[in-house]
Amino acid sequence: MRVGVVVFPGSNCDRDALHAARLAGAESELLWHETPDLGGADLVVLPGGFAYGDYLRAGVLARFSPIMGAVRDHAARGGLVLGICNGFQVLAEAGLVPGALLRNASLRFEHRWVRLSVERRDTPFTSAIPAGRELRLPVAHGEGNYFLPDHELDVLEARDRVLFRYAPPEGNPNGSARDIAGVLDAGGRVCGLMPHPERAAEAILGSDDGLLVFRSLVESAAAATSARAAAVVA
Amino acid sequence: MTIATPAGPLHRALGLTDAELAAIHERLGRDPNDLELAMFSVMWSEHCSYKSSKPLLGTLPTTGEDVVAGPGENAGVIAIGDGLAVAFKLESHNHPSAVEPYQGAATGVGGILRDIFTMGARPIAVLDALKFGDPSAPRTRHLVRGVVRGVGGYGNCVGVPTVGGELVFDASYAENPLVNVMAIGLLEERHLTRAAAPGPGNLAVLYGSTTGRDGIGGASVLASASFDEASAAKRPTVQVGDPFAEKLLIEASLELIGGGLVEGLQDLGAAGITCAVSETADRAGTGIVVDLDAVPRRETGMAPFEVMISESQERMLAIVRPERLAAVLEVCGRWAIPAAVIGRVTDDGLIRVVSGEEELARIPAAALTSEAIVHHRLSSPPARTRSAPAPGAPEEPGDGLPERGMDPGAVLIALIGSANLGSRAWVTTQYDETVGSDTVEAGERSAAVLRIKGTTKALVAATDAQAQVAVHDPYLGAALAVAECARNVAVTGARPLGVTNCLNFGNPERPEAFWRFAESVRGLGDACRALGLPVTGGNVSFYNESPVGAIAPTAQIGVVGLLDDIGLRVGPAFRAAGDLAVLVGEAGPGLAGSAYAALAGLASDDRPPSLDLGREAALQRFLVTAARERLLASAQDVSGGGLAVAAAECAAWSGLGARLQLRVGMAPAVDLFGESPSRVLVTAAPDDWERLAGLAAAHGLPVRRLGTVGGDRLVIELVGDGATGAAEGRGAGVADAVDVAVADLHHAWRSALPRALGEDADAAPLAVEER
Repeated sequence: MRVGVVVFPGSNCDRDALHAARLAGAESELLWHETPDLGGADLVVLPGGFAYGDYLRAGVLARFSPIMGAVRDHAARGGLVLGICNGFQVLAEAGLVPGALLRNASLRFEHRWVRLSVERRDTPFTSAIPAGRELRLPVAHGEGNYFLPDHELDVLEARDRVLFRYAPPEGNPNGSARDIAGVLDAGGRVCGLMPHPERAAEAILGSDDGLLVFRSLVESAAAATSARAAAVVA
Repeated sequence: MTIATPAGPLHRALGLTDAELAAIHERLGRDPNDLELAMFSVMWSEHCSYKSSKPLLGTLPTTGEDVVAGPGENAGVIAIGDGLAVAFKLESHNHPSAVEPYQGAATGVGGILRDIFTMGARPIAVLDALKFGDPSAPRTRHLVRGVVRGVGGYGNCVGVPTVGGELVFDASYAENPLVNVMAIGLLEERHLTRAAAPGPGNLAVLYGSTTGRDGIGGASVLASASFDEASAAKRPTVQVGDPFAEKLLIEASLELIGGGLVEGLQDLGAAGITCAVSETADRAGTGIVVDLDAVPRRETGMAPFEVMISESQERMLAIVRPERLAAVLEVCGRWAIPAAVIGRVTDDGLIRVVSGEEELARIPAAALTSEAIVHHRLSSPPARTRSAPAPGAPEEPGDGLPERGMDPGAVLIALIGSANLGSRAWVTTQYDETVGSDTVEAGERSAAVLRIKGTTKALVAATDAQAQVAVHDPYLGAALAVAECARNVAVTGARPLGVTNCLNFGNPERPEAFWRFAESVRGLGDACRALGLPVTGGNVSFYNESPVGAIAPTAQIGVVGLLDDIGLRVGPAFRAAGDLAVLVGEAGPGLAGSAYAALAGLASDDRPPSLDLGREAALQRFLVTAARERLLASAQDVSGGGLAVAAAECAAWSGLGARLQLRVGMAPAVDLFGESPSRVLVTAAPDDWERLAGLAAAHGLPVRRLGTVGGDRLVIELVGDGATGAAEGRGAGVADAVDVAVADLHHAWRSALPRALGEDADAAPLAVEER
């Protein structure tokens, strides 16, 4: 499995994502935002940070980066895309996942450890997460308050596109609608989430739950590869 | 050129004295022109020249076998093996933060980060030491909110975790808050880069943000004079930070260094281009000619002096071989950073400023920097100070708890629920603590722990001050701060490597204020020598005064240590029910300067506790050895609020109670809440007791079993002369023990700061459990 981590000017979790992907057994490399080429990546990660300083609005400038055309094409072909924190904001601004990330309800930057319930385990992002297991991950953002009009939230939930929710006892850190922490696109191959799985990929850092997300992706990619190989043989 | 001046000669308007003007004349052999005078005024400011502090700072121990770069460089650097080194420094941004808290704090973070990556190190952590006045005052709340948002706003955006620090409230800081920021970076030793301009013919390349009128004369105007009613008018001298620009600057600079493209690198801080060119040239024994017209600007019509002393943020000066210029410009271009050749290295030792054919200034680089004026200030002790009791002096009756009719449990709840000892989560949740994926311990704990990827090692860092003791005895306050800070590193099992410092004092032209500074430097030096720690850098901030008086003398200390094996790390929280709780070290008399004294008042003849540096050194050696031998389940420094608060923190952080028995003398408050140094509360498996006690004895340390970890209450039963029975005999009816629920301790601790700041205490975050 090849992972490409996009570097926008102002990305600051790019090397963290690279590190976590390697821990999960993936080959991974950084992709420069000006080069509209994904280098054969199976999974594209849009990392956390402050792309273009988050000036104007988080994610709104990064969506115009040259590489975003390639990311869009990749998603359209059913390629895997994971947007974390600022990457989620970029995906939302680009319309690749539904919703918008508003300022936190506290009107403050919030860094804290949260607990996530995993709403589905039949996705490439969550397949390796044991049943019943919640994820303990840090959040670190000023604009993570997930918003979508109520009727669209109903549709999102009806179509099982809510992947992660903030769970007690720590609960919802930012005021997100219906405690939503992560969502899927219609095809289920693009995921945006606010908490940082890449920062919780080793027990020494307080939690290795985040590694489960990367392991899920590596295993899904491997399964897809062997399925393709089987199809070729057949 | 024209400089608008109030009535009076220009040099005085720029903050130079008549004597200093004469000294400038002597160095130039002629009168300076206005531009030269402006350049001298910023370079000879206290902030840039250390003209009052230099003679004393020279007395500090600065060498050690692993010290790679010491004072005089942008940051201290110490080798840590594996070809790696750690760069670290502590610096103030007090005055700008008092005027404009958000930008002042933000640019303080930006400035210290530049000091780190200028050395070739990637910044990996920030710690902030913040001091404010009464938290209930509207002005304090405004400052706290602005400063915390500023530190977070900058650090979060550049992607450097803010992992620890201090937050202290004391009336002396009401008008003059302290914002001291420590930054730590990691580098490969081979990438160590000096802030020097070697090689005549090399090019001076300015890259980063363009130059504007912001921060004109910040060094001389803001940082080098006391506050008065007119301070608001100084707002234009506060710089404006752009963390996004800094992030690009970090990446571009590390790429330039990694590619071997620069001969020297210097960040632009106080005194802007003038400082960068004169310091780099002087360090290399060269000169630089600056082509003023080549400096990229963000404003039109800037006078030459404005260009030369502007403190516009996020700028760097690189010394580049001509044949590497194209490669340097390519890197800057890729990161969309403006870059321009603004000068050339010469062999004449002069800083010359030219515009077209015209030479506007011609000053020996040394005259601006290494040969700047030095003032030997008058020093005299204030009329009344109290000295510490001699080590081993008997406890004095009269400062005891029972006599005051206080329930020690209620005192404990009050202390741990006070603004100074309560949880800092209100602050730390506004800081990104985990970016970088190296943070093992952060936030509330005495020391931050950062693992080093690719090794088994971890860096441990802490910052502390003992200003309340320094009010009584500045020598002791500084020495205690070094001892506490190094102890905070050592309790994790790490070996302290070196010390950085930020010395915050009043007006050095006042002999009493200067005496406090001199005594603090003496205490700093003695403590560092006793603990075997080199001082690798630091910063002096004078003129921390307002019309209501000077701040408490504040020697802020930063210590970085190394844990060779992260697996040996010892945390502060209780670990397991059934573990033994053990006090290593013993309480000494003296409550002055303690949190208890602030809460309960103080006998007028009381003094601060004394410090035995030999015992402190032994304690720290003991801690490192005990961790290596895996004898410690947990270890917690006894400091603010004393043993009772230390135990309460261990309990609140773990959710585990304890049942302890404490032998108290005639003054139970000394044993429970006294802050005498060189004590640690550790826990250990019962089977390890013999070895632990033996190791302590081998280090000459008193060691005493206090009780057992477990249950959901913290019980500290008092026994001995000062216990209730004895007190009742004297007519005071008080509780015979501390006996409080861990949940109550946790609640008091967690809600302390929001309550003090007038916010919703129940909304305080829960995220305080052990990680």
